[in-house]
Amino acid sequence: MTIVLAAAAASLFGCGTYLLLQRQLTRILIGLALLAHGANLLIVLSAGGRGEPTFIGTGDADGFLDPLPQAFVLTAIVITFGVTGFLLALAYRSWVLTHDDEVQDDLEDRLVARRTEAEDVADARAAAAGAAEPKSDSEFEPEASR
Amino acid sequence: MTALLTLPIALPLGAAALSVVVGRWRVAQRVIGLVTLTALLGTSIALLVLVDRDGAEATQAGGWSAPFGITLVADRLAAVMLVVSMVMLLAVLVYAIGQGGEERRHVGFHPVYLALTAGVSAAFLTGDLFNLFVSFEVMLTSSYVLLTLGGRRDQVRSGMTYVVISLVASALFLTALAFVYAATGTVNLADLAVKFTDLPVGVRQALGLLLLVVFGIKAAVFPLFFWLPDSYPTAPTAITAVFAALLTKVGFYAIVRTQTVLLPPDDRPQTLLLAIAGATMLVGVLGAIAQNDIKRILSFLIVSGIGYMVMGLGLFTVAGVAGAVFFIIHHVIVMTALFLTGGLLEQRTGTGHLDRLGGLIRTAPALALAFLVAGLNLAGVPPLPGFVAKFALVDAGIDGGWWAVVAVSLLVSLLTLFSMTKIWTGAFWGDVEPAVDLHRPVPLAMLAPTTSLVALSLALTLFAGPLYGLAERAATDLLDASTYVQTVLGS
Repeated sequence: MTIVLAAAAASLFGCGTYLLLQRQLTRILIGLALLAHGANLLIVLSAGGRGEPTFIGTGDADGFLDPLPQAFVLTAIVITFGVTGFLLALAYRSWVLTHDDEVQDDLEDRLVARRTEAEDVADARAAAAGAAEPKSDSEFEPEASR
Repeated sequence: MTALLTLPIALPLGAAALSVVVGRWRVAQRVIGLVTLTALLGTSIALLVLVDRDGAEATQAGGWSAPFGITLVADRLAAVMLVVSMVMLLAVLVYAIGQGGEERRHVGFHPVYLALTAGVSAAFLTGDLFNLFVSFEVMLTSSYVLLTLGGRRDQVRSGMTYVVISLVASALFLTALAFVYAATGTVNLADLAVKFTDLPVGVRQALGLLLLVVFGIKAAVFPLFFWLPDSYPTAPTAITAVFAALLTKVGFYAIVRTQTVLLPPDDRPQTLLLAIAGATMLVGVLGAIAQNDIKRILSFLIVSGIGYMVMGLGLFTVAGVAGAVFFIIHHVIVMTALFLTGGLLEQRTGTGHLDRLGGLIRTAPALALAFLVAGLNLAGVPPLPGFVAKFALVDAGIDGGWWAVVAVSLLVSLLTLFSMTKIWTGAFWGDVEPAVDLHRPVPLAMLAPTTSLVALSLALTLFAGPLYGLAERAATDLLDASTYVQTVLGS
């Protein structure tokens, strides 16, 4: 049983990480949820193998299951639930504002991209000017809006 | 004593609930917020005085004895952090009230701000790894809300990055917790300190490293800092100041706590931490130099500052850790002062972009002076406290023979000075551009906390002796985990 749960936790971590690396927000969200489930499963496993239920079971003291990890998991599930709800609301807001589910590049990346683009244009212009038959400049105009 | 330990957590939570109830009346919310934070400042100062006199104190929630119940511990470091955070949280609240904006528009601002306070206090005072997780979540969830309050497009974009990164860190934290519990059967920090000594060295170090990664993300150390400069600057100035000056320090506090209490001296990752420290300082300051917006420059400088703290911790000597503690005190206050001054500038001119600013020294000389003083302080120009903090760290580094990291830290100081002069010459010097100074009114409630923080950062010089003594005692406690263990387990 333990090995099955451990394998399940491993595959949850794997799938979660894969989804996390996607660009669609909904996939990232699902990935995060899977990651959290994997971690929760791992905590349940940390109690050790099978055992009697703690408060209602009968028998030898050694046969009882450690209840603490289950309390941890309950807390963790509640927290993950709340934060996932918040993230969903944020994703919805993002969709309302941009009608796009894709995560945007950060500001710095966009600035760098714009700068290199401008440099490319300048290089191309210089090359065109140096050539025997200069091309029309309009071809190399940078995009007006990016 | 028990009351002093529980109040910093219970009081803001209760006040947050009350603040929701009186949500219709903004004035009532403001009064609740200010009164609560003032009371908390008093409580934490009392706690610091007591703890410094009598040594660390612990209390067990509900009377369950140590490894089973929920433990709250205040040692000198926790008390110092608590006082510093309350000072800045109070100053920023006053500033936020003066600024209006989201604070005025949203019912949620005050309750969430108080919940954030509770999370921060709980993170400092908890003596239990799982409760550390819970307090981090309280703090972070509040910060998600504060960051995206208003729901503007850029806020949603950067908020998304921040939330996702934090959630990944939380999932890793849970994983680390599972491993720690599986290996030892406890999450009480003091109990862990005892049980860790029985673990095989490999397991011990692996757990220590996993926790370092988790808190490294929250503290924004190299190479896990990339999310910070992009997500912080979009929030309103007051919120950015809290995040920048405080939240990363809570992450660093958790690094200090776990790396010193859990790991026995021989297993502490000294070389790794010092390498991280050097890289964090350097990358942070280089990022700052490349930027052109005041808030973004300052955000990168936070990353650089974290590097100095990690350096102090990485030395694992009393002098080094004491330097780090002193540096935290200085950095929280001076960084907040800088962010608030930058906010005043934005309030007055409507922009924080250096290309669009210039010549402000003629129209706003006081602002220029405040920024100059705080900036020189951050760079570590003598005789300001920034110099004392950096001198302590460099001295400790030379004592330990870690020349490379000392050299890097000195170089970074110089570059910090350079990036400060960049802001200063960009915004205050040069020709007056007539469109620049809009002379928008700056409310007294924004000016007062800013000037008080600048003054306080200067006053640290006067009290550098006693403060450094306190930092040294805190460091001695930290490096020898046995006092901590004794306080909690009582044997």
